[in-house]
Amino acid sequence: MDGLAMRTLGDRNLELGPIPAKRSKWKHWKLTRTADDVAWLVLDKQGASANVLSADVLAELSDVLTVLETETPRGLVIRSAKPSGFVAGADITEFGVMDDPDAIEALLKNGNAIFDRLDDLPCTTVAVVHGFCLGGGLELILACDRRIAIEGARFGFPEVLLGLHPGLGGSWRSIKLINPVEAMTMMLTGKTVHARQAKNSGLVDAVTEERHVLGAVAAALDGSLRLPKPALPQRVISGIAQTGIGRRLFARKMRSEAEKKAPSRHYPAPYALIDLWEDLGGEPQTMKEAEVASFAKLLVTPTAKNLVRVFFLRENLKKLAGKAAEKVKHVHVVGAGAMGGDIAAWCAWQGVTVSLADMQPIPLAKTIGRASALFGKIGRKSAQTRDALDRLIPDLYGDGVGRADIVIEAVPENLDLKRKIYAIAEQRMKPEAILATNTSSIPLETLRDGLARPERLVGLHFFNPVSRMQLVEVVSHDKASAATLAAALAFCGQIDRLPAPVKSAPGFLVNRALLPYMLEALVMFDEGVKPETIDRAATDFGMPMGPIELADQVGLDICVHVADVLKESLGWPMPDAPQWLRDKVEKGELGKKTGKGIYTWEKGEAVRAKDSPLPDEAMADRLILPMVNVCIALLREGVAETEDIIDGAMIFGTGFAPFRGGPLHYARQRGVADVTKSLKALAKVHGKRFQPDAGWATLK
Amino acid sequence: MAVQCGRPLLLRQPFKPTDFDQVILGVVNVIANEMNPARVAALRLGMGEETPAFSVQINCGSGMQSIDVGYRYIADGGSDLILAGGAEALSHSALLYNRQAVNWFSALNAARGTGPKLKTLASWRPTFFKPVIGLVQGLTDPIVEYGMGQTAELVAHLFDISRADSDQYAVESHLRTARAQKEGWFKGELEPAFGRDGKLYDADDGVRADSSVEKLAKLSPAFERPWGKVTAGNSSQITDGASWVILASEDALKKHGLTPLAIIRDSHWAALDPEIMGLGPVVSSTPILSRNGLAREDVDIWELNEAFAAQVLGCLAAWNDEKFCKDVLGLDGAFGQIDRSTLNVDGGAISLGHPVGASGNRIVLHCVNAMKRLGKKRGVATECIGGGQGGAMLLEAA
Repeated sequence: MDGLAMRTLGDRNLELGPIPAKRSKWKHWKLTRTADDVAWLVLDKQGASANVLSADVLAELSDVLTVLETETPRGLVIRSAKPSGFVAGADITEFGVMDDPDAIEALLKNGNAIFDRLDDLPCTTVAVVHGFCLGGGLELILACDRRIAIEGARFGFPEVLLGLHPGLGGSWRSIKLINPVEAMTMMLTGKTVHARQAKNSGLVDAVTEERHVLGAVAAALDGSLRLPKPALPQRVISGIAQTGIGRRLFARKMRSEAEKKAPSRHYPAPYALIDLWEDLGGEPQTMKEAEVASFAKLLVTPTAKNLVRVFFLRENLKKLAGKAAEKVKHVHVVGAGAMGGDIAAWCAWQGVTVSLADMQPIPLAKTIGRASALFGKIGRKSAQTRDALDRLIPDLYGDGVGRADIVIEAVPENLDLKRKIYAIAEQRMKPEAILATNTSSIPLETLRDGLARPERLVGLHFFNPVSRMQLVEVVSHDKASAATLAAALAFCGQIDRLPAPVKSAPGFLVNRALLPYMLEALVMFDEGVKPETIDRAATDFGMPMGPIELADQVGLDICVHVADVLKESLGWPMPDAPQWLRDKVEKGELGKKTGKGIYTWEKGEAVRAKDSPLPDEAMADRLILPMVNVCIALLREGVAETEDIIDGAMIFGTGFAPFRGGPLHYARQRGVADVTKSLKALAKVHGKRFQPDAGWATLK
Repeated sequence: MAVQCGRPLLLRQPFKPTDFDQVILGVVNVIANEMNPARVAALRLGMGEETPAFSVQINCGSGMQSIDVGYRYIADGGSDLILAGGAEALSHSALLYNRQAVNWFSALNAARGTGPKLKTLASWRPTFFKPVIGLVQGLTDPIVEYGMGQTAELVAHLFDISRADSDQYAVESHLRTARAQKEGWFKGELEPAFGRDGKLYDADDGVRADSSVEKLAKLSPAFERPWGKVTAGNSSQITDGASWVILASEDALKKHGLTPLAIIRDSHWAALDPEIMGLGPVVSSTPILSRNGLAREDVDIWELNEAFAAQVLGCLAAWNDEKFCKDVLGLDGAFGQIDRSTLNVDGGAISLGHPVGASGNRIVLHCVNAMKRLGKKRGVATECIGGGQGGAMLLEAA
């Protein structure tokens, strides 16, 4: 709970051993000793809210170890002074600048040597972990003798998400400590495990609360701590996986699993790790060296570089969100349709009180049903679900509007209806509240017309499904105030979404860029290409979903509507929505939601023919380049201010092939000249719609 | 239930949930993992960690007792704004192991060594798993060992209430509620509930708009077969429910700009023999009227909780009974006949259900709303209470 008493006493909770000396020899580390000769080494990275293992943190650790090697204590406790957690990983900013595999290898060897010295300390070393313990942080505690987790701690190897694998001994130390298959799964998926799971697998030795840290440390040091014993099936698997044959079997299975999520053509890291383990899993010393060499090789691959870029694109959008002085406490969502309901549920899940207004009780009830299913899936404790559902208040009379810090309108795209809602809201809203619309097709300039206070209107365009799509387009307009935009951006940050600030222009950013991709696919389908083949061309390129499947998911009716609106407002040489498509919409074959669109849908999955021909090389260009061409137009028109925003929005709003670093980055890597040349060639065959945008000239 | 019921009420207030000084909730059957349901509800409603909350229990009067306690806190000047409610989830009431089974479990637990353990295990009998239905136990008076339905049978007998009169009363209750539902008179008073499965519960589903004397006549007695008069059809329904009212001092009204619905003028609790607990309304509401110098006809609206049709009719008969009024109530003569048109104008527990802890609160609220709708000045809400008690509250339109 968050009452006054707990707020007052809260910072007494963290157990950091004896009060650290005010002045430490080191910037980031503090070393103290208790009367009974236990050293407490506390990491508190200067000027950061979370600890990362940057080069200078590691260098200092080396000095600390020198001290500990000369005056060895009875025991050593390592933990973090940051309330946010233990160590979030390596310092990724240091990755970007490294291009020379030899230099990387040298650096890593140095890091490994430091961890080895920690491992070799003659005293018992105990890591006490709260919050996140990721990547290098996990590798650090693996070099300790004992690991104690505080309830709520999370452990993971996220390196694979950056196109890498562990490089500081994580691979060989983890497979030695726990069931190798489990360790490999952690490294291959990048998924985090929570404290209880970590204890079950033996990754940590105990799970406790802050108030028992001293007791747990004492037990770890005097040897009375009972170590967890993995369950029998675990031990059997572990035994098999320690034989060469076992490793080969498991490796084969892992490769085929990995291929589904991250094809080897685009993502080399998982396969490099599997090779490493299959070949050397029985020889820790050799594996140690091979891990370093393999890491160095991966770090300079385009995939890793682009995925590191994606990491920074995310950080960039997070930074744009900024921090609000006051958190939003109450959101009022108007309209309990699919989007409104999901936005409301997501906000409630993120700790905001939500009144969801709809005059009809049935959509409200359906929202509650969907929300409780979602919470049950993403939450770990039933109390979390209960609390989130308590915060999600069905509001039949619109009473919540006067309570709200943000009012989000999410009713159907009907101008009169929206205006009516704004008129009512404006009368009752708090003066400092902002008014947001989830419109995807009505210009904000039209919507702000007639508002008493147009400066507080802003677009908050969410994507479907809200709980999984991280992007929110924050749409400005000519009269929007800076304070309103800042509040909208900060709100996105508060509810753990990534804001992309865009100007009000038809289709905003994401929809406008996606539309030519989908329409081109429909034209190809019209030409007789199999939908499976078209989709395959796109997924082979690295898109998460083919354009035909996407059109079916979005709904063919919506595609036609958006196409018409955009075509009219942009005066753009886009292909017309074909007549058969309109006929389909007439017939009610709208896609996934009706069970039939271009594909037939069964149990939420498109039924695909198995025998469709493979796509040829040119097909991907025909689908992807129009999308890339729009992205440069968006930059030229100033719909979004920077390349990074556009690339970030496309990755987090559409899942655009992350290993390519975003559409504009892709164009740069391919070469602008080659892109324009290819577009011109396509224009010759298929018409003006492929004409390269004028903006390419500015992209040097 | 209390959370779902409270949220829309709090949402429409001009003040914040944290502005309340206290939360008081009447609950009879407390489920094992929520020992103080008032506190649980208060925290879940976002009243803040610093708002005290307690639960009260006087059986069927609990929901009114919460109002009464809050009313007295405010009258004393200790509090200005109190949320007072009643809640009951009878569908959650527990099945209990019987005494023998409990003894067996504890013997098994205490047995040391394999031999004694096996011996205890072997002493198991199938009857151990005959559950005790908590609900049935709760509805039985432990002193006189009368089921609540039996107390109604006795009242019916003492005042000569016929089965036909009871059925007639029950039908009227259903028809009145059905009319009120149709006319939308519950709007603003009854809130829909939303299930986690996405199901909407937008009206009480026990109301039978097609109820008739003929249909009810077909039912067999529920409590005293074969000659009893009390049936499932002319008794209240066992349901889940919750109800809240906001109590405010004059200062709080001014501070938050509130418009009061009604003023609580007086309240009274009284008791009598448990086996005729149904007459509780008579012994509890008459003294209020006497001490406020009011006669029967000064009360415009009566909300008399419909535990059983025979019991409501028994109360009316008691008020009409000169001997009872003189000897028991200390009146000079019969209190007189309460006009049916002023009594339970929109039905009651027979049609809407009787979530035990909530009903007392609901009848106060409905009494107030009915006065407002009908433009009346004065009302009494009163209920009989299992165990042989009665509670009453005198309300005045604001």
